[in-house]
Amino acid sequence: MVNTKVELCGLTLDNPLIPASGTFGYGYEFAELYDINLLGTFSFKGTTGEPRFGNPTPRIADCPAGLINAVGLQNPGVDAVMTEELPKLAKCFHKPVMANVCGSSVEEYAMVAEKLAKSDQVGWLEVNISCPNVRCGGLAFGTQPENAAEVTRAVKAVAGEKPVIMKLSPNVTDITTIARACEEAGADGLSLINTMLGMRLDLKRRRPIIANTMGGLSGSAIFPVAVRMVWQVYEAVRIPIVGMGGVSSTRDVIEMMMAGATAVGIGAANLRQPFICKTIIEELPAVMEQYHISSLREIIGIAHQ
Amino acid sequence: MKETVFTILANERIAKDIYRMRLQGDTSCVTAPGQFINLMLDGYYLRRPISVSDLEGDVLTIVYKILGEGTKAMTAYPVGKELNVLTGLGNGYTLEKSGDRPLLAGGGVGIPPLYLLCRRLLAQGKKPQVVLGYNSKDEIFLANEFAALGAETTVLTADGSFGRKGFVTDGIAEKNDYTYLYTCGPEPMLKAVYETVKTSGQFSFEERMGCGFGACMGCTCKTKYGSKRICKDGPVLEKEEIVW
Repeated sequence: MVNTKVELCGLTLDNPLIPASGTFGYGYEFAELYDINLLGTFSFKGTTGEPRFGNPTPRIADCPAGLINAVGLQNPGVDAVMTEELPKLAKCFHKPVMANVCGSSVEEYAMVAEKLAKSDQVGWLEVNISCPNVRCGGLAFGTQPENAAEVTRAVKAVAGEKPVIMKLSPNVTDITTIARACEEAGADGLSLINTMLGMRLDLKRRRPIIANTMGGLSGSAIFPVAVRMVWQVYEAVRIPIVGMGGVSSTRDVIEMMMAGATAVGIGAANLRQPFICKTIIEELPAVMEQYHISSLREIIGIAHQ
Repeated sequence: MKETVFTILANERIAKDIYRMRLQGDTSCVTAPGQFINLMLDGYYLRRPISVSDLEGDVLTIVYKILGEGTKAMTAYPVGKELNVLTGLGNGYTLEKSGDRPLLAGGGVGIPPLYLLCRRLLAQGKKPQVVLGYNSKDEIFLANEFAALGAETTVLTADGSFGRKGFVTDGIAEKNDYTYLYTCGPEPMLKAVYETVKTSGQFSFEERMGCGFGACMGCTCKTKYGSKRICKDGPVLEKEEIVW
């Protein structure tokens, strides 16, 4: 018998799999497909203070081994999430969920976090300071260590008992400086990487495919970059890491954990293969045995030894 | 929705840049005309969403146009090849409000889903009035098949090289006394049809999609009743809710 359990900021996950924010909605689309209680948890759609329509379409472009999205944080706003989405989720998901907090000002991050932290269903606050698809806020907070620290402190001040996980951008010169700034400001964990800024052109129209010009690249193309950054951040901080970015298979999950991830986010792969998380969870014990792993806890960052 | 494997029974060119593929497999999730399937292609990350044109037992037909590299690669797929497919996507058309003489207005690659709809309407004893618009003669497909079903079919080409010269709206009867409207085609055509046809109806839209099943919010549009996802809440929208 192998052990797939891991601890993320004091809460036990049955397995390290966490569908990533923005690829799993508020859970119901997938709850129609399989029992989502199989998951470690999932991170729900990035939530802002007010409802957001998001960017104009096209928002999606296909890429070799990935896709670009510029959805632009479409969401119904924190109040609707509290009164409508979370009660609906309670019917199909019985584990603590990861709440993804977005904002365009420090005050908005704090306001959204304070409301979501009050929900018994929320286990962790994941703070998105790395969205490349919104004009103000988002990435602006994730590229400067002092700004990242300010958001961390503001959210920590209102989070109560809820662990605060800062979601970092790869679109920076040195991700470890941002990671350290968040840790020093009190972050309980880090999740990385968000999407990488990218762009495609439509040759017939001679224009960008994405209406918002640029977008975030995700999918297996970015997996090596994510492994590298998780490796670097693991060496730079002591708080746990949720490793994500192009993870698409059971072996990718193990590689990400060996690089330093305590838990593993699955993003774009859910969109291409809606049953991928279920498949990976089912495959985990056999693949662990193949690599002589009896407990996943033991391999977190093991490649650094 | 179901993730399943379909086997290619046929894959043939039927007009300029237009191909028809017949697929065999588990079609149990396809419940309405106007729904689509999402095909995984070798070497491409995102699936390609394509509407269901016909359905007979476990055999499903799609008619697709070469629009880019992915659909071009599909044209070389041999008979017997297996494809990973998500089936039963989208809401599709509803037949309840059709009345006796609904108008089916299709333009270009928007025509295929109207074929299955037309068959279903005829099976209910309705008299669908089919108006099909193409750019030119060499791009015409399915027109004979609609006529062979016994539906009253009008064909127009923009350049006048076949049938009547003009757009789909030029094929709409002067009386304009249709009992309902079903339409699919490029957005400018849909808008022209919206403004021309008096009756209420259902419009099928197209958008670049990420997942095709409502998870990514990649294909959201605005409607009078709030944001809707073309892939999950659509692709068919009611005339009354459309915002242009």
